[in-house]
Amino acid sequence: MSIQQTDTPASSPIANDAGMSPLHKAIFLGLLAFLVVLPFMVYPVFAMKIMCFALFAAAFNLLLGFGGLLSFGHAAYFGGASYVAAHAAKVWGLTPELAVLSGAAAAAFLGLIIGSLSIRRQGIYFAMVTLAFAQMVYFVALQAEFTGGEDGIQSVPRGKLFGLISLEDNISLYFFVLALTFGGILFLYRVVHSPFGQVLKAIRENEPRAISLGYDVNRYKLIVFVLSATFAGLAGATKSQVFQLASLTDVHWAMSGEVVLMTLLGGMGTVFGPILGAAMIVTMQNYLATFGAWVTVIQGVIFVIGVLLFREGIIGVISRWLKRPL
Amino acid sequence: MSIALEARGLTKEFKGFVAVNDVNLSVEQGTIHALIGPNGAGKTTCFNLLTKFLQPTRGTIIYDGRDITRMAPAGIARLGMVRSFQISAVFPDLSVLQNVRVALQRRRGDSYDFWRSEKNLRRFDDDARAHIDEVGLTEFVDHRAAELSYGRKRALEIAATLALDPQMLLLDEPMAGMAQEDIERISALILKIAKGRTILMVEHNLSVVANLSDRITVLARGEILAEGDYETVSKSHEVIEAYIGAADE
Ligand SMILES: Nc1ncnc2c1ncn2[C@@H]1O[C@H](COP(=O)(O)OP(=O)(O)OP(=O)(O)O)[C@@H](O)[C@H]1O
Ligand SMILES: [Mg+2]
Repeated sequence: MSIQQTDTPASSPIANDAGMSPLHKAIFLGLLAFLVVLPFMVYPVFAMKIMCFALFAAAFNLLLGFGGLLSFGHAAYFGGASYVAAHAAKVWGLTPELAVLSGAAAAAFLGLIIGSLSIRRQGIYFAMVTLAFAQMVYFVALQAEFTGGEDGIQSVPRGKLFGLISLEDNISLYFFVLALTFGGILFLYRVVHSPFGQVLKAIRENEPRAISLGYDVNRYKLIVFVLSATFAGLAGATKSQVFQLASLTDVHWAMSGEVVLMTLLGGMGTVFGPILGAAMIVTMQNYLATFGAWVTVIQGVIFVIGVLLFREGIIGVISRWLKRPL
Repeated sequence: MSIALEARGLTKEFKGFVAVNDVNLSVEQGTIHALIGPNGAGKTTCFNLLTKFLQPTRGTIIYDGRDITRMAPAGIARLGMVRSFQISAVFPDLSVLQNVRVALQRRRGDSYDFWRSEKNLRRFDDDARAHIDEVGLTEFVDHRAAELSYGRKRALEIAATLALDPQMLLLDEPMAGMAQEDIERISALILKIAKGRTILMVEHNLSVVANLSDRITVLARGEILAEGDYETVSKSHEVIEAYIGAADE
């Protein structure tokens, strides 16, 4: 073993900080082009549903894949924000963009509270604490006045964007949703590739060492938790505008499970995995809807097969084949 | 001479087992102080206590005239007392350059900027390269830390630690598992960085200890057995017995 002589075979240098890699840029541009024509090929509401879930999964992936924290209560932010956004649009009469922002802000606030009470827990305890808090949010949604109990908040008006552009039309709404979700995903990409993201990566790789360098790791974890909750909230709030509805489904623990599934199936810690995972699960639910309650079972079987075949998720495996981060 | 780091009555109990027992230790400013002792003596535990990676059961720790007994470990690092680990501690999936940059980034701020591009970190590159050069890793700048040999990982760890420009370093067996050339290289490096700094180090290699340290504290079964310069300590009967006793077990 020597520092001066070569004892390891010369290994490949790695890219340091190229900003967005050309490959990622190409994929994002291709995706954008595809999404621009998509509403003219499929039912726009279906496409919007996929985009909302893609953002939800990408936000969840920020926490799991880059923060190393497995939350089992992300429905709280997704669903909580959808209630707030629906209420804001329907009762307060806010314009859609403000309603969505209110939802995301509420999720950020909720994330700050739940996050500060749970990030000190490790591993399975963290998952359990986040689940417990999410169940409390579910209970509030079921019992509170403004959430409408079993019925949820229905027939939320779509309103006018900035008070000017009517979103009654599915295509106009589609482009509003595209801007929010695509912008959200790009922002999450930036977070991962920021100075903050670099510290996050260091913490995930060797937490004691990060502490010994003087990093308050819990503060970084809390920030990533709040960011994740905020964008999960943005996704839920947007979905409530699309379906003109906020319901118990969105805050139910099954929703927390679904986002874990999407992220793992697509590939946690990858950029495009959660998007693909969300698209696959939503499409599957759509086509299997006729099977009723069996959807859950089929979904479970597909998940088990998927995880057994592709341990790192679909994009994770492709990324390994290509030897490039995706 | 003033005292850089002081422990008074430092004790750590693990479920009834006393790993560190009533240790009183004073490390003088600007010296290299060695902490030696047989395996399981409690040296690493002492380090963990002094840097607050573990909470002491009893006792007080004073660093630079300030009581740090209740402080968080990251806060202590920011005060200028930085530790290394017995097992080399690098960020395996980051490049050599990034490993050092992460340290520089903490000291210069902007670590919370989640909205900025990581291209902003390039302004640390020149400094980072200088630190990497100092430990002889220049040709590996763009390699993943995981791909480095053990000796080089330790060198990288030292480069990152130096990037923090700490006043005091706690090194836990910096030469463990190294070949002779590496030991000489790292010894020279430690002597170089010791100028103007205080170093407390755990080391098993006694010739290294003899060469480098101004003062030596011997720990056995959690208690201080002897203290003094190499001459004094190596002649102590208790020390010889403790080492032989440990070898017999
Ligand atoms: N977290 C812990 N829980 C229980 N016992 C512990 C813990 N950490 C250390 N010990 C015990 O405390 C004693 C001292 O351990 P320590 O690691 O400090 O020894 P050391 O002097 O660093 O030894 P070495 O030279 O092998 O590194 C050992 O008997 C060890 O088993
Ligand atoms: Mg030890």
